[in-house]
Amino acid sequence: MSGAESGMAAGNGGQIGSGRIRQGQEVVSVTGLRTQFGSNVIHEDLDFSVRAGEVMGVVGGSGTGKSVLIRTIIGLNKPRAGRIELFGQDVAALAPTEWRAMQSRWGVLFQDGALFSSLTVAQNVEVPMKEHSDLPAALRRELIEVKIAMVGLPPDAAHKYPAELSGGMRKRAGLARALALDADILFLDEPTAGLDPIGAANFDGLIGDLQRALGLTVVMVTHDLDSLYAICDRVSVLVDKRVKVGTIEELMREPDPWIQEYFGGPRGRAAAGSATRAGETAAAEPALPEQGA
Amino acid sequence: MKKTAIIVAGRSGSAFTAQIGTMKVNEEVDAMQTLGLDPMEVLVMPRVFALVLVLPLLTFYADVMGLLGGAVMATIVLDISFFQFLRQLSDAVTLWTFWVGIIKAPFFAFIIGMIGCYEGLQVSRSAESVGRQTTRAVVEAIFLVIVLDALLSIFFSVIGI
Repeated sequence: MSGAESGMAAGNGGQIGSGRIRQGQEVVSVTGLRTQFGSNVIHEDLDFSVRAGEVMGVVGGSGTGKSVLIRTIIGLNKPRAGRIELFGQDVAALAPTEWRAMQSRWGVLFQDGALFSSLTVAQNVEVPMKEHSDLPAALRRELIEVKIAMVGLPPDAAHKYPAELSGGMRKRAGLARALALDADILFLDEPTAGLDPIGAANFDGLIGDLQRALGLTVVMVTHDLDSLYAICDRVSVLVDKRVKVGTIEELMREPDPWIQEYFGGPRGRAAAGSATRAGETAAAEPALPEQGA
Repeated sequence: MKKTAIIVAGRSGSAFTAQIGTMKVNEEVDAMQTLGLDPMEVLVMPRVFALVLVLPLLTFYADVMGLLGGAVMATIVLDISFFQFLRQLSDAVTLWTFWVGIIKAPFFAFIIGMIGCYEGLQVSRSAESVGRQTTRAVVEAIFLVIVLDALLSIFFSVIGI
């Protein structure tokens, strides 16, 4: 339920997140995926997998289907062919009730938060709790406060409507909603897009801290090279309708021109440089205070 | 009453498309699905149900206002007193004329609501598509209201009302 408990669980037996999965286990496994819109094939024979406890970055040129890949995994887009396994279960074979249960095991942060505009932040965070649990109202209220504090929003933001918040705050609120239930996997669609460099760095920090504290597995689509260097363990690059996976160092050895251009270009080198510098100072920084406890 | 339905198609049908369409652009509908909420249940059903409930009431209101306007007009221009107007009215139209209008209203409401919501859900992730689908919704709704009105008129005349 709380960061402290998850942290403890990580200590014994290698279980992480909500305690239902083990560190390193394959939680997302996609094989032979083919997606297409009309005659436009986006992915062809694509294999993709994510291990529990890692932060997987998904990058690629525009139109290569980064968001489509995530949308397909979470069931918003039906694949033409291929097999998607989540937590070791084939999603195509799940009964509707099993699918619903599985939906409560991941959180999704869409671009710009995708908060329900007619509800306040607190009500937004409450939606998944109401839908997937039968917690009493008083407990829900308490949990909402915890979640809102956890993502670094001030308490008075709880009663504001999405339109009254800044872009960065909407993303944080979206993150609170994604984490309303004790998710094992967090899917992020361009979490730092549209934020200024300081806001983006703070958001990266927040995701990294939450990932460690809650034992989350994170899959993030991003354009932001700084995010990749700051928090991603491995990176999947979408090229030629398939993915190439590896750490940034491994990928830099790939001959593919797009990958070379992406990591080896001026922006890539700048991000690498600042990541090294940040790494030296970050080692001394204290971890996230466990507000979830 | 067809005219009321056409006004509502312009006012509420378009509002449904614009509301749901904006939610589509903002990925709210996707977020809903990932949280296990069914957009049909959360967005479409309440809107259609509300319109089916309210359009007959609005039709009644429009009927009363229309007759009142007729009475005022008759008094001022044609020099027919209010009571004369009422007497003439009861000769000219039967109660069934009124009921036919009220009976038709929920059908019109259903069509307007469904088209408004459907076109809203067809919106892709761009602002211009909200405008395009809203226009479509209004045109389709008005067209289908007129067609359905004709069909219902045939139906009513066949059963002899």
